[in-house]
Amino acid sequence: MAEISTSPALFAPGEARRPALRERLSRKVWGVAEKIATPLAPADYLDMFNPLRPGADLRGRVVKVTPETADAATIEIKPGADWNGHTPGQYVRVGVDVNGVRHWRAYSLTHGPRKDGLISITVKAVPDGKVSSHLVRRLSPGKIVHLEQAAGDFVLPSDLRGHKFLMVTAGSGVTPVIGMLRNLFPVTDEGVVEHQRLDVTVVHVAPSRPDSIFIRNLESLAEAGAIRLVTRYTGSEGRIDIDTLTELVPDLRERKAYACGPAGLLDNLQAWYDEAGLPLQTEQFRLATVVTSEGGTVAFTGKTVDAPGDRPILDAAEEAGVLMPSGCRMGICFGCVLPMKEGAVRDLRNGELTVARPGETGPEGVPIQTCISAAAGECVIDHPAS
Amino acid sequence: MTIAPDAPAYTGPIAHLTRDDIEQLGRELDAIRQEVIDTRGERDAAYIHKVIKVQRSLELGSRAVLLASIFPPAFVVGTVGLSIAKILDNMEIGHNIMHGQWDWMRDPKIHSTVWEWDNASTSEGWKHSHNELHHTYTNIVGKDNDLGWGIMRVDEEQRWTPSSLFQPAMNFINMCIFEYGIAMYDLELGRVIRQKKKGRRPSAEWQMSAKRTLAKIRRQAFKDYVAHPLVSMVTLSGPTTLLANVIANFTRNVWTHSVIMCGHFPEGVETFELKDIPENETRGEWYVRQMLGSANISGSKFLHVMSGNLSHQIEHHIFPDLPSNRYAEIAPKVRALFEKYDLNYHSAPMPQQVASAWHKVLRLSLPNGFLESTNVRNAPSQAVKLVKAVRGDTRTRRRLLKEFEAAGAASIGKAL
Repeated sequence: MAEISTSPALFAPGEARRPALRERLSRKVWGVAEKIATPLAPADYLDMFNPLRPGADLRGRVVKVTPETADAATIEIKPGADWNGHTPGQYVRVGVDVNGVRHWRAYSLTHGPRKDGLISITVKAVPDGKVSSHLVRRLSPGKIVHLEQAAGDFVLPSDLRGHKFLMVTAGSGVTPVIGMLRNLFPVTDEGVVEHQRLDVTVVHVAPSRPDSIFIRNLESLAEAGAIRLVTRYTGSEGRIDIDTLTELVPDLRERKAYACGPAGLLDNLQAWYDEAGLPLQTEQFRLATVVTSEGGTVAFTGKTVDAPGDRPILDAAEEAGVLMPSGCRMGICFGCVLPMKEGAVRDLRNGELTVARPGETGPEGVPIQTCISAAAGECVIDHPAS
Repeated sequence: MTIAPDAPAYTGPIAHLTRDDIEQLGRELDAIRQEVIDTRGERDAAYIHKVIKVQRSLELGSRAVLLASIFPPAFVVGTVGLSIAKILDNMEIGHNIMHGQWDWMRDPKIHSTVWEWDNASTSEGWKHSHNELHHTYTNIVGKDNDLGWGIMRVDEEQRWTPSSLFQPAMNFINMCIFEYGIAMYDLELGRVIRQKKKGRRPSAEWQMSAKRTLAKIRRQAFKDYVAHPLVSMVTLSGPTTLLANVIANFTRNVWTHSVIMCGHFPEGVETFELKDIPENETRGEWYVRQMLGSANISGSKFLHVMSGNLSHQIEHHIFPDLPSNRYAEIAPKVRALFEKYDLNYHSAPMPQQVASAWHKVLRLSLPNGFLESTNVRNAPSQAVKLVKAVRGDTRTRRRLLKEFEAAGAASIGKAL
């Protein structure tokens, strides 16, 4: 992001103090606003008028939803004023209310920084995927979504000279790579503008061509000679293994490698690269699902407690000597609520499962009532135990 | 009353129910609860978002209008708007969010753990005394501070003392300053003062809560009585803005006090003795206690929203954590269960419930049987007796109280 420098030399001595005065004044005004808005915050009222203003919690307004394939769509979002920008390949965490419940998911940004200031993500509706289905099928322009600043180190080196690249993408793992490629090779009405001489090989793995998001973009980049594209459609050609990959990309070892896709493929690649002593940059979207079983453990800050599947975490933790907040012990007073950062618990009253996945759950965790929740796997709860 | 139907010679309102009946009733209520949870979603979320938006617009708009409150129409509109905004904040929004009714949305801004309301009482203190104590120990004399707020005699079995005579006046004062009344009883000020008299210092924890409450009261008062009127001085509307804020807070106090009185105080609503609650009260037994210990207010949609849906006090007490917009929807099903199990679904229009609650406060301020056995003819002699009961020693008082009780029972017998 371009920093605007305000050199004091440009101001007359009297003027230099002005911003400070203005800041002091605005802080005063804000202080008065806080006193009038109590018990709410001034932001609560300002959000009613402009949720994207500077100083607001980071949000975005959906500008356009464009279908990519039968079950994928690209969503263009105008981010709030405090958006810090991003580097191609990074992802953004998006919070949406699906059926009234706030859910967070991470999606790769599929464009480089754009002139119009919009950001875009491309989402594939996975079967049973509450959030992805909502984003692809129900989100409409004008809706407000919650955002976090772009993050992730799946990015190209700042100096591209002297590098040859390999990008292995599987399924929707193509999304961060397309963000990088679009930034490297901007497309105009005249076609691909190749303004950098780069040697990029993309190996794209997908069940079939129609299933592939961005396949036309990849193909036109290949036609324009910007990249070498190798496709592997597993539906007709079978799974890809390391031997096939080395056959398809003979100079594999010379290339700086990036891979994005499902865990199985990434694990295999990583193992091979580790053995070969070569670096590999990977990006994974979904963490393995939480194993739910009869009971489990609860990790508090400083102590881990065994918790059976048929008893409240509150009881198990107290027996283990953890000082727990508690109230009615029957699920009505919410005096025992603690944030679960990771793991799964079962509501002892109806068997309902509540799951917290790091990266998908909000940074503050999922609040759970410990008095009616039993562990259903390995849980991490943000609460000091010592 | 006793809650255990198999206790010897039990003749209470659930005498006709067996233990199995009670557990079956519990299961049927659980099913209603589950149905709501299974269908909770976008529609409900949209509801609370809308109520919050309306409340904030109303508050902002009313405060803006009051900046010109030197003009009488602006004063009236602004005061009415601000009163409604404060009531919405306390009832349909604050009370219900702090109950965790909307926690399922996982919205960090609309959550029981972070919400703060426009009231002298801190949300933290209120959640403890209201959610933990009142909702768990509903209507158990001595355990549930809401029942008479620790300053009133609300059950015949509580001992009458001469100071009981002041309770109608106490209740009236409490009504006028209700937000401070709540703050005081959230802090259990009465208990702390009693302990202090015995020379025990309040705990450090209590001192922290007291400090927080004072800070909150300061913030609240500064906003309503200093900051807002000061801004209004621009149009010379300072004094009228101050008056508007006083009226709005007073209106909110009277309204919330009245709604809450209707929930548990009307005549015919059961109270319970701690000794009668089984050690391991089952879910079914707990449900029955909630069912018999609450009363509804019948009325319009507007009344339901303005009362925070505490007009569905019965539904709220059975399912305190279900979204408030659902109470009206499940009310017919709950009512059908009352009929099926032959229990009294206590519901009446607001004026009737308020009058009934005040009648109880008045009746219990007098010795048991006094009101029932007093008529125009014997009023002077009854008054003399009452004065004797107040002035007399313990033995005289005990004898007179017994006489009142017997006379009361006799006159009820005659009426029947």
